[in-house]
Amino acid sequence: MEAKGKIVWVSGPAVKADGMSSVKMYETVEVGSTKLIGEVIRLAGDIAFIQVYESTSGLRPGEPVRGTGQPLSVLLGPGVIGKIYDGIQRPLDEIAQKSGSFIGRGVATTPVDMKKKYKFSPAVKVGDEIVGGSVLGFVEETPLLTHSILAPPDHPRGKIIDAAKENTYEIGQVVATTENNGNRLELKMFHKWPVRKPRPYAERFDPSVPLITGQRIIDTYFPIAKGGTGAIPGGFGTGKTVTLHQIAKWADSKVVVYIGCGERGNEMTEVLVEFPHLIDPRSGRPLMERTVLVANTSNMPVAAREASIYTGVTIAEYYRDMGFDVVLVADSTSRWAEALREMSGRLEEMPAEEGYPSYLASRLAEFYERAGRVRALGSPERSGSVTIVGAVSPSGADFTEPVTTHTIRFIKTFWALDTRLAYSRHYPSINWMQSYSGYLEDVSKWWKQNVNAEWYGLRAESYNILQREDTLKEIVRLLGPEALPDEEKLVLEVARMIKIGILQQNSFDKVDTYCSPQKQLKQVRLMVQFYKNSQKALRDGVSLVDIRAMPIITSLLKAKFEVTDEEVSKLDTMEQEMNDQFSKLGQREEVKVLV
Amino acid sequence: MSETAAGIEYTKVAEIKGPLMIIDGITRASFDELVEIETPNKERRLGRVLEVGFGKAVVQVFEGTTGLAITGTKAKFLGKTMQLPVSQELLGRVFDGLGRPNDGLPVPVADKFLDVSGEPMNPERREYPTSFIQTGVSVIDGMLTLVRGQKLPIFSGSGMPHNILAAQIARQAAVVGTKEDFAVVFAAIGVQYSDAQYFKRSLEESGALRRSVLFLNLADDPAIERIITPRVALTVAEYLAFELGMHVLAILTDMTNYAEALREISAAREEVPGRKGYPGYLYTDLANNYERAGRVKGKNGSVTQVPILSMPADDITHPIPDLTGYITEGQIVLGRDLFRKGIYPPVNVLMSLSRLMKDGVGEGKTREDHMEVGNQLYDAYSRAQEVRALAEIVGKAGLTGVDLKYLDAGDMFEDHFLRQGNDENRTLEETLGRAWEVLSTLPEGELTKIKDKNLRQHYKGSK
Repeated sequence: MEAKGKIVWVSGPAVKADGMSSVKMYETVEVGSTKLIGEVIRLAGDIAFIQVYESTSGLRPGEPVRGTGQPLSVLLGPGVIGKIYDGIQRPLDEIAQKSGSFIGRGVATTPVDMKKKYKFSPAVKVGDEIVGGSVLGFVEETPLLTHSILAPPDHPRGKIIDAAKENTYEIGQVVATTENNGNRLELKMFHKWPVRKPRPYAERFDPSVPLITGQRIIDTYFPIAKGGTGAIPGGFGTGKTVTLHQIAKWADSKVVVYIGCGERGNEMTEVLVEFPHLIDPRSGRPLMERTVLVANTSNMPVAAREASIYTGVTIAEYYRDMGFDVVLVADSTSRWAEALREMSGRLEEMPAEEGYPSYLASRLAEFYERAGRVRALGSPERSGSVTIVGAVSPSGADFTEPVTTHTIRFIKTFWALDTRLAYSRHYPSINWMQSYSGYLEDVSKWWKQNVNAEWYGLRAESYNILQREDTLKEIVRLLGPEALPDEEKLVLEVARMIKIGILQQNSFDKVDTYCSPQKQLKQVRLMVQFYKNSQKALRDGVSLVDIRAMPIITSLLKAKFEVTDEEVSKLDTMEQEMNDQFSKLGQREEVKVLV
Repeated sequence: MSETAAGIEYTKVAEIKGPLMIIDGITRASFDELVEIETPNKERRLGRVLEVGFGKAVVQVFEGTTGLAITGTKAKFLGKTMQLPVSQELLGRVFDGLGRPNDGLPVPVADKFLDVSGEPMNPERREYPTSFIQTGVSVIDGMLTLVRGQKLPIFSGSGMPHNILAAQIARQAAVVGTKEDFAVVFAAIGVQYSDAQYFKRSLEESGALRRSVLFLNLADDPAIERIITPRVALTVAEYLAFELGMHVLAILTDMTNYAEALREISAAREEVPGRKGYPGYLYTDLANNYERAGRVKGKNGSVTQVPILSMPADDITHPIPDLTGYITEGQIVLGRDLFRKGIYPPVNVLMSLSRLMKDGVGEGKTREDHMEVGNQLYDAYSRAQEVRALAEIVGKAGLTGVDLKYLDAGDMFEDHFLRQGNDENRTLEETLGRAWEVLSTLPEGELTKIKDKNLRQHYKGSK
């Protein structure tokens, strides 16, 4: 029976209603005569506490509240890709058609176009036995993506007694009917799944394949694996959003779910404007054909911001269950945590640190645990992954605040953004001394097999130069660079070259925005080679001034944007040129000695 | 209790504390509803419902609760949210912080009534901002480009010339190649009389006042009114932009006073505080104001926002500048050191940023080398600052030849590029020309952020 009650109290997004004894926790309810969407978050006697996903301005006690009997769910089926949703899966384009340029309230929408027809090819036939999660057939959702129609994960084992033929259907079409002990169940081309409940899987694997993002500092120095977790905390202006956009653009995953959670409206617009024109380097198709956006900007209702994270991750899991690699980007988890704090405050719960609720840590853990590389339920056998990358916006760029400290406990790759680097316009301003990756050993095998066996060693050697520079910097700060011997000055020089030539990467440059693994490796090798050659030259008596004046240095620094991925062989020529210049330096010394 | 056509009147005041009044025996009131309050002396004030239920309503009184009493105070619930009458006639007028005429003229005839809280702009219907605004200020045009529809705040400190800079931007702002002028919506939020007068005079002298709308809540006006002032101003800005198709520059000064008013209400409601006593929803609340900027698909106008805030004790990590920076599309930070050196505008470029610059400049919009020059200037000045710090410890003798060149470039940047008169309006060509003069003092090999092609065309230094 669906509950029917009345509002007794309103304050911002929080509403209390009485007469609600039959409503369930986390059930979706319709609030007020305008039927605003809300969710029950606490029950006391027959009073239900409801968080309302739309503005409550004008709502008053006495208005009706009606239960729907359903938990907050998303609709999963063809048509989700390419959409932009608000926090509770309402398509923003449909809202715009109904309420104009500004978001109105109580707008009823459907998550996907139920009238659109798709060409369905069956994967099962009458007599087959299926279980929850089994593939029933395929439709081409976008030219980039063949969508597997799945039986809901909680579907009981059963025999197919009726199956649709290959044809074009609307997604409400029943494509299979199963029977088990006389119970018949009809399966359509979509199903619903509650957002707060992780979608089940058969088995979980260790992540071992790197997610290639084309960003040098990520792929080479602090890699993330497919199915892994990463966080990117940083003060404002340090480039969180730009880095996340870069990952969403270039990551070698099949599907990208981008959650704009309490962030700027223009940033979502930027994605919407840019992605249809950007071409995926691997498939040659527009990036929008693999992207789903969930946008609950900072000025949209705060409760829906809390839900947006769950909406996004459930969609990601659904595509994972088809056997795809999915990247989920959440910008920013801090705004989600603030939404939790705001609701918790309205519920008058006892606060923990900085007013955040005591369950902040467990909510964060639950969210990041929904990442993983898994074998999906049902047949045929397939495996997919969800990689979660979350931005954190620490107040005052202070990494000891609760959201950052709790997040660090549940992630394995940590990209620490540094305000100081951002101020000196070193982008991406990922601090190479504070950041780390827990997947380094796991992914080194992939690099060895797919790019070059030297990867692990070159990475270590170049990183070592950066580490030595970090220690020497202290001395320089006190005594000036001239106090160092030439060998150490050389370390500073090469570290500077690595910073400019490799770590810094311009997202807005046509060439530099994406750097292939092959090019990354060659660039690192050039730097390491330069260092070794210089060391040798110094030992042979060449002065550091002459080394610094070598014309090859400028070429090394500009290779990132002057050499495209297709022309990586130019880097081999550059290496040759570098060696030649070094041997000429050596000869000059010999001449001097002879004279 | 008595019911009239205009609303329901209640007389049972249960409690008055700080800016809040709690009314009992409520039978019909809605969240966010506008309330008209009559004091025992028959003075009228406005208020808004913050919380309603179980027969009680918590009302926030904009003009403060001084003079209110438990008996004799009447509260009329008007059955609507706070709305502002808008029309083209608002241009050239001056209003108080709640939108009532302040210039002795009658209330303008309304074309429409708009809810001051506004509605969130649908991101799907936003037009991405890409049109360069020339402000005539080199440091802004060259390195921190403002584009139409952007929200770019000025972070300042007490005593620094943020108002002079904002007024200069308001006078000089122009979209290159068009004759369109900006309409200016100015909201004074708890600022001193002299600051508001300076702004008004500056608009008057340049002839911009007739295309401006001013909302003044001065330092001695009721603090709680400040909650509404930016909302009223932005409602007008949105109306001018999206209904009348004008390009609007909205200047809000000083948002710190706004946040303090918010804290006062939160404290009176005994809410659990976030950082420094500010409410946990400060971010959301600020965003509801700042996000009211931008462009809309299919509409001609735009709202460009320049909020000004003073950083308490020049601390950029204070919650107000911190949360603002997370919402706005960059920030212009004024630096105490440069101010002491007598440089105007004292913009600390290294801490400043314009997120939308990349989309507003370059080939076809400004000049092909614009972005690269901006980046290289940042790089050079940042290096110069490092060298300066080093020179203070080890002396100039301990520096290398290249370092010394950076020192010179840093000085030249401050004197030749950054420094300019507060009535000096430089073209973009002049700004970029000056930038190249600064960069040309460095060896060509140092300019690693500029493509060879652009170097060949513009670099004037020695190889």
